[in-house]
Amino acid sequence: MNIINFTPIESLLGGLIIGLAVAILYLMRGNYTGISGIYYNVISVNKSGFLWRFLFITGLIIGPVLLSFFSYTDLGFEMPNTNPIIVILGGLLVGYGTQLGSGCTSGHGVCGIGRLSIRSIVGTCVFVGAGVVTVLITRSLGWVVL
Amino acid sequence: MGGAVMMKNIFIPLTSGIIFGIGLVIAGMTNPAKVMGFLNVFGNWDPSLMFVMGGAIVVSMPAFLFIGKKMSAPLFNKEEGFSQQLKKNIDSPLVLGSAMFGIGWALVGFCPGPAIAALTQVDGNVFMFFIAMSIGMLLKKIF
Repeated sequence: MNIINFTPIESLLGGLIIGLAVAILYLMRGNYTGISGIYYNVISVNKSGFLWRFLFITGLIIGPVLLSFFSYTDLGFEMPNTNPIIVILGGLLVGYGTQLGSGCTSGHGVCGIGRLSIRSIVGTCVFVGAGVVTVLITRSLGWVVL
Repeated sequence: MGGAVMMKNIFIPLTSGIIFGIGLVIAGMTNPAKVMGFLNVFGNWDPSLMFVMGGAIVVSMPAFLFIGKKMSAPLFNKEEGFSQQLKKNIDSPLVLGSAMFGIGWALVGFCPGPAIAALTQVDGNVFMFFIAMSIGMLLKKIF
């Protein structure tokens, strides 16, 4: 194991900001910030609570746009694997998997662990574990260079 | 719409989403190379994502476990109150779904939030992932 590209300051700061967003939505509105669930309810046009969910998702796009007006150097953007089959397969797995497992990095990883939910801790260990094994395999097969 | 309803349905969710989106970019979560670097534990490892989750939990945990517990209801949502956790059991859909999600996450480097925030990159591959993810979610409704 070699440690590379480590950005503890930026990532911790970004994490604290994400935590603030989670705390605001919970303490002021009572909802968990599970993005896969919020987004699913928007695209499946669930009429109950559509407006707030739609605006939260819109905010996820407005935030980065606002940030781009400041002279700020972000941590870059690079997609190591742009094979269309992999991109589409990955998207389908993320979409289907987060609905079947009822949560993603934000719902299980941040809100669930923040509430000390055993179910979410198990979910997070499974998706991080599956991710580590997948990267080990794709790197061995030469699909990605990391 | 009254003031409290506007706070609840417009101002709070929009503000939370904007702050969340800014946090994702600052943390480096919208860069798939960094996410895949975090999962590359057995190669050139980038531990940054642990700091993202750690930072987010440090702030959100007191909100869930201490501040929220002292409040009878959320500030602007007395009617619905705090969301109650729906499921507590560890079942096979949780494990199978999380495993599928982890594989997809590692193949491309995007989870749902960053995939949405990264639409601002105006990149064809991000858009393709975003559409496939949306279709995957809707497929779960059918199958």
